[in-house]
This record gives sequence, C-alpha cells and structure tokens, in this order.
Amino acid sequence: MEPIKKHKGLVYPLNRSNIDTDQIIPKQFLKRIERQGFGQFLFFNWRFFDDGTPRENFSLNDDKYNDASILVAGENFGCGSSREHAPWALQDFGFKVIIASSFADIFYNNCIKNGILPIVLNEETVQKLIVNGSNEKYDITVDLERQIVEDENGLQATFDITPYQRQMLLNGWDEIAVTLTHGDKIDLYESTH
Amino acid sequence: MKTPKTIVEKIWERHVVHQEEGKPDLLYIDLHLVHEVTSPQAFEGLRMNGRSVRRPDKTYATMDHNVPTRERHIIRDQISKTQMDTLKQNCQQFGISLADIDHPDQGIVHVIGPELGLTQPGKTIVCGDSHTSTHGAFGALAFGIGTSEVEHVLATQTLWQARPKTLNVKVNGKLGLGVTAKDLILAIIAQNGVRFGTGYVIEYTGEAIRNLSMEERMTVCNMSIEAGARAGLISPDKTTFEYLKGKRHSPENYEEAVANWKELATDNGATYDATVEINADEIEPQVTWGTNPGMCIPVSASVPHPEAAASANAKEETERALEYMGLEADQPISSVNIEHVFIGSCTNSRLSDLRKAADIVSGKKVKDGVQAIVVPGSHSVKTAAEAEGLDAIFKQAGFEWRDAGCSMCLAMNDDVVPPGERCASTSNRNFEGRQGNGARTHLVSPEMAAAAAIEGHFVDVRNYKQPVTN
Ligand code: SF4
Repeated sequence: MEPIKKHKGLVYPLNRSNIDTDQIIPKQFLKRIERQGFGQFLFFNWRFFDDGTPRENFSLNDDKYNDASILVAGENFGCGSSREHAPWALQDFGFKVIIASSFADIFYNNCIKNGILPIVLNEETVQKLIVNGSNEKYDITVDLERQIVEDENGLQATFDITPYQRQMLLNGWDEIAVTLTHGDKIDLYESTH
Repeated sequence: MKTPKTIVEKIWERHVVHQEEGKPDLLYIDLHLVHEVTSPQAFEGLRMNGRSVRRPDKTYATMDHNVPTRERHIIRDQISKTQMDTLKQNCQQFGISLADIDHPDQGIVHVIGPELGLTQPGKTIVCGDSHTSTHGAFGALAFGIGTSEVEHVLATQTLWQARPKTLNVKVNGKLGLGVTAKDLILAIIAQNGVRFGTGYVIEYTGEAIRNLSMEERMTVCNMSIEAGARAGLISPDKTTFEYLKGKRHSPENYEEAVANWKELATDNGATYDATVEINADEIEPQVTWGTNPGMCIPVSASVPHPEAAASANAKEETERALEYMGLEADQPISSVNIEHVFIGSCTNSRLSDLRKAADIVSGKKVKDGVQAIVVPGSHSVKTAAEAEGLDAIFKQAGFEWRDAGCSMCLAMNDDVVPPGERCASTSNRNFEGRQGNGARTHLVSPEMAAAAAIEGHFVDVRNYKQPVTN
C-alpha cells in the first residue's frame, strides 16, 4: 500500500448525501476477479447512459474536474454494500482523499485499507469546500501528519483520525504482515479456547 | 457485585487475542463465510504473498450472488461464470468447504449459515457482505467486512477492531395482526433515519423482539446495516436454543452449550451508549417510496412532498428520489401500480416467509401484466417448501418458482427489472439501479408483496386476510 502523508489536489464537489456504494460502482462491474481497472466504471449510472454515452449534466463529466484527486460529498458517504470495489474504483479514477461530513463504517475502513484518506469535517466546512469547488478550479492541501485541511485563502480545518489508522496510512503498512508478528498470541488463543 | 454487561461486551471480551494502548483490539474470528463476489481478490492476495488460509475449518463458502435461478446450468454471462469457477478453484486450493451450485446446502450465505447451525450464540462471524448482520439474530457478533479484511481473516483468523459503541433499540408492546418483522425494521429505520446506527452495534430488546421467531429476528437483524450499524444482535433465549437444537453443526454436548449461551444475554442494569424506543402497537405495514430504506411510509399514507422536507438538502434529496421513482408528491402509495414482484433475498426468503406469502396468494391469480417470482433463500428452503406444496400454490397463482440465490435483490444474474419498471420487493435495498438500471424498487414484507402481486398495486394486508370481494 502506498503511504500518504501530504496531498495537494483539485477538489471535485458532489453535493449529495447518502451516496451508496451501489452508485459508486454498480453491481454489473463486480464480476471481475481483479483489483485493478474499476475507475472507468466509477459512478457509472450517473456518468453514462446505458449505451455508454456520457450524461452531459453530471458534473464529473465536466473537463474542469479531469485532474481532481479530492472528492468532497455530503453525509453518510459510502453507505450500503460492503463492496471494496467502491474504494478501488475511486482510487483507480484518481481520488486519494475523500472528505464528507460523515461516512458509513465499512466504507471508511475499506478506504484506510487501500491507502485512501477519508476525512470527516463538519457540515459547514464541507459546504464551503463544495461551493468553492463548484465555482472555480479549487485546490486544497491535506496534511495527515498535522491532521489539517487548508486552502490558499486561509481556510483551515483540523480533522480526527485514530492513531492506528493514521500510522497505517502514513507508513503504507501491510496489515497482515503486522498481524503475523502476533502469531504466537493467536496460537495461544487457539490453544486455550 | 459484578458490573452488569451487555452481550456485545461479553462476546468482545471472550475474543480479544491482543490488546495494546493506542491500537484497536486484535479480535479472534470464529466463523468466516465466503461468497464468489468479494473473495477473488483476497485469495489472489494470499497467493501473491505466499500465504495460506490459517483455519480452513472455520471458513465456509457458497455461491449465491451470480447464480442463475432458472436453467441452473446455463450461465450466459462468461464473467459471472469465471467468478464462480474462481471460487471453486480457490476453495480447492486452500481446502475450504464449498456449497457450490449443485450442492444440497447451496443458498444465500446468510440463509445457509443459520440453517446448518454454523451460526451460534457468542460467535464472532464475518463475511465480505454487509448483511452479515443477519447472524446477530442468534446473539452472535456478526458484521460485514471488505475484501482486504477478508484476506486478513483468511490469513490470520483475526481482525483489528475498535471496541464499538452499543445502541439499544427497544421495541415495546406487540406487533398487530398482519404487521411483520419486516414492517418493524422498516419503521425503525423510517423513524430514525439511515445513519442512526453508524458507529454502533445495535442490540434489539423489548417485548416485541422477544416474541419474534428466529426467522423474524433474522429479518430484523439483516437490515441493521440499512440503519448504518455494521452489526445488530438479539440476546439468545429459549427461541434461539430451540431453533439450533439438532442442526448439523450445533454443538454435540447441547445442554452444556446452552448453559454457556445463557450467560451471554445482556445483564439487568447493563448500560448502552445510546437508546431509542419504538412502540410496536403503532406500526402499520410499510412501503418504501424512495431510493433509500429510510424513505418509507405506512401503506395508508401518501408519498411526501419535497416542501415538507426539513432542510434544503433533504428537499433536493426528496425531489431526486421522486423523479427517479416516477412518483408524484402527495400521491397515496396504494395507488402505485407495479409490474414486478420479487419474493426472496436474505431478508425474506425463508420457509416462514414463503408460507405467509403463499397463504395470501392461495386460490388467487397474479394480476395481468405483473411478473411475479419466488426465489427461495436456499436449496433446502426450496425442498422443504415443495414438500408442503407451497410451490404448487405459487405456480397456480401465476408465480414463477425458481432455484435459490440472491437473484433480483441485486440483479447480478439474469433476474433484472427493466428500466422504468416498478417492483414490489421483499429485499433490503431500494437504491437507484439496485434491481436493474433505472428499476424502481419498493421494499415490503412478503405478505405485502404477495397481495400487491394479486392486486397489481399496494394494499393493506391487514384488510386482505379475508377475501376483498367474493
Ligand atoms: S440476497 Fe441481496 S442483500 Fe442478501 S446477500 Fe444476496 S445480494 Fe446481498
């Protein structure tokens, strides 16, 4: 997993709440057995008509967001199905950071496991980012070491993350390798239960 | 005196392998259920790193999401076929038991776990599937995980987990006649929203919960994730112990196991991080009108008006949902005509669900222009239903009687609702596109779905028990 420490990038605002993982990556694309290549299917039913032609009125199809790497959305982002194809699709499309006023638990967890940084900010700050990101090409910087989100005009917001999850992301650890160092304790548990 | 504890705390304490300041707990996993959609990349990860499956004996796999429910062996979609073949190869390579498409134990992963007695009180149970919460009905701590965690459990039989907060959903009183466990859980979500369980494990308590059968409890726990909670459970009691008695994987020394399970129930005086209450007596049969399970109203009500929404965002959300669903604000939900009926899914595809639906359709005919299908949750549900003639009742009424699988719940196989068409469905998600691109889903109980199939629109099953006309 690639570490993430500090990231400056273009905001893509998606002002909707309760965006479920069925929208992030529809079921017809869950049949692949690989981990790569899901970006092309991100938000498929919102981005495309059935025949694959783009829906002009869906904002992610606007060229100005071509290089976006920070997605900002409303509350309860990633609810519904546990499919990890959702963070895979977001990452493959180019998103490294996702900001929302709240996340669904499983999705949040899945992001951490893939080196995507999920950030919870209050509703007011999220709305500010969404407005700024809708009006112009809007870059922000996310600093995981300092746990701060900032822009060039003085906006600054701090965010929480558990120390363990922060370490995982900063170091890009392989969690299974870490756990296997506790192999003796797992053996002990199994022999006593 | 010992401090009173909740069942969640008790199960947790029994499973901690390692604890360290500033870290989540390393939790032992007793049962890992696997299906074809969320596992291929996990097995591939094991291979790439030269790792093996630590406890194949605590791992159990089935195929459910992709399987055809008619013409069982004609898998038209080659990618689906590859995914199923891949699971077979992975199970062979790593020595995991698999109920594949021909196996008498095949079925939806959350239906077969309990049926086989693999699901037991006090176990930690995971699966790469958000409806793993279903198994909580037995007093197990059961939750959905992503594919990276599937790989982690395969390799280590453990997971790093932060201790969850607990939420008591207390259901007072009694459910009325014709009001089901499905209506109960839909009403709970309608009242509290699709996020109120986020960050919590729900424990369902109260008189109405105690009165539910095991299958009804599974329906309730199944939809915990629709309230945002990764897990939802019910302290085990006599109903639980009776259900599990004699199941294939139930403990041999059953009395001893029961004595141990009894210890798990939440102690009197234990405290929760939060509590919500609901009165069962006030609940009517429910129908969802929108694009998440919280967008739900009693069958006697009308579709909401965007202007009545609490905020600008909620207003927009309502407008978008109405547009997607092709509904008018203030339209009575009973006036909505449907073209499809799906009775199935891990929420409502067990024998008692099929019995109740059959009871409604017996001797009647599915409305012209309505396609209605029944998809039993497992092969053994199907066999049991056929043994008591339920298939004949459904077929005579004009339903299609299918083989077991997830089917139209998520439409990964050929069972798809066409764009713009409307389905009364006993499943758990009415998200946009869930049952097919552009498909419009209304979540209801099996009884409500059955009655809608006959009438072609939603009706209150409470008045439907007797013939409407003669
Ligand atoms: S029936 Fe539906 S919700 Fe249940 S496991 Fe299958 S796809 Fe998921």
